[in-house]
Amino acid sequence: MGASGKTGSKEPGLRYPANGKTIFHRPLNRSKTSELSQASFAYLFSEMVSYAQKRVTGIQDLEKRLNLQGHPIGLKLLDLLLIREPVRSQARPLNIIALLHFIKGNLWTHLFGRQADRLEKSSNPETPDEYMIIDNEPLVNAYVSVPKEMSQLNCAAFVAGIVEGVCDGAAFPARVTAHTVGGKEEGEMWPGKTVFLVKFQPEVLEREALIGDRKS
Amino acid sequence: MTVFALIIINKAGGLIYNRTFHEGGLNKISTNDYLVLAGTFHGVHAITTRLNPVKNAPGDRTSTPSSVPGAANIVNRPEPSSGLEVLESENFRLQCFNTMTGTKFLLFTDTTQANVDVTIRRVYEMYSDYVMKNPFYQLEMPIRCDMFDRKLLSYIREINNR
Repeated sequence: MGASGKTGSKEPGLRYPANGKTIFHRPLNRSKTSELSQASFAYLFSEMVSYAQKRVTGIQDLEKRLNLQGHPIGLKLLDLLLIREPVRSQARPLNIIALLHFIKGNLWTHLFGRQADRLEKSSNPETPDEYMIIDNEPLVNAYVSVPKEMSQLNCAAFVAGIVEGVCDGAAFPARVTAHTVGGKEEGEMWPGKTVFLVKFQPEVLEREALIGDRKS
Repeated sequence: MTVFALIIINKAGGLIYNRTFHEGGLNKISTNDYLVLAGTFHGVHAITTRLNPVKNAPGDRTSTPSSVPGAANIVNRPEPSSGLEVLESENFRLQCFNTMTGTKFLLFTDTTQANVDVTIRRVYEMYSDYVMKNPFYQLEMPIRCDMFDRKLLSYIREINNR
């Protein structure tokens, strides 16, 4: 984490090219915008959901499995996205707000080509550990219609897993879950509107408070 | 110009989707009758594909000389015949679109409706997007996908209001 990023070409071991661009800076895909086909992703994701659906006991279990599929992606993406940053801003996010902005901006742009739509902090004073990342139409759900008998399910649990991986990797252990809020009165315009509920572990808030105290 | 209804028939002749867009265009028939309609149309379509014998273009069977061994035995396979495509009555017109895999889309429109083939292809596109890419859809089973319903309705409404 936080690789030094120095172009230490004289040191033994890993050598960096003169311009500092390692293979980590280039996408695998050489096309101009380095985008992938949405159709092939849709089919792949469809199979991932079907795979996760085998031998599950309930909706919670299914969401858990989707979450687990996303988790390692998040862990790796955190490293990758940071190493692609300019050397000065390569440090991992050190407080909750910076982390969430990193997720809303960098992570979302890398994965979906746009930022997440909104960030919110829980207004309930009893749950100061809860933050919400809001996406009006998650890309993974573009072609997914959940049957009525599974209405609580949101397949964006996979994306929640990615977010959870990023939080865990940055040493902000959290539980992230995806909830559908579209279809209710204000969500009429966005039927697929999804809230990613990020619930940080108590120690994260404790540390956050300590840092805050020292600064003030 | 109005689109009345859409029916989708799977490759076994079963009705998998049925939706009416315009009240009063066609008389209401019972679900059972819709199933019979789908099955009957499937059968008639199968017969019409046989009725129209495939024309072999001259020189089709005389294989072109080729260096590939065994190629001499390969007969150029002609396009399969399309079978029944349009059925027209005084009050409505039925257009059938048969996909490569044998799924049939039947669109009931009024007789003056233009560009039905464009409409039906767009419907097929929606079917491949919102039905085939949906992890909860089981092949050959009735289509129950909210997203497909929603997109289809808004597309047809746009055409009917034109």
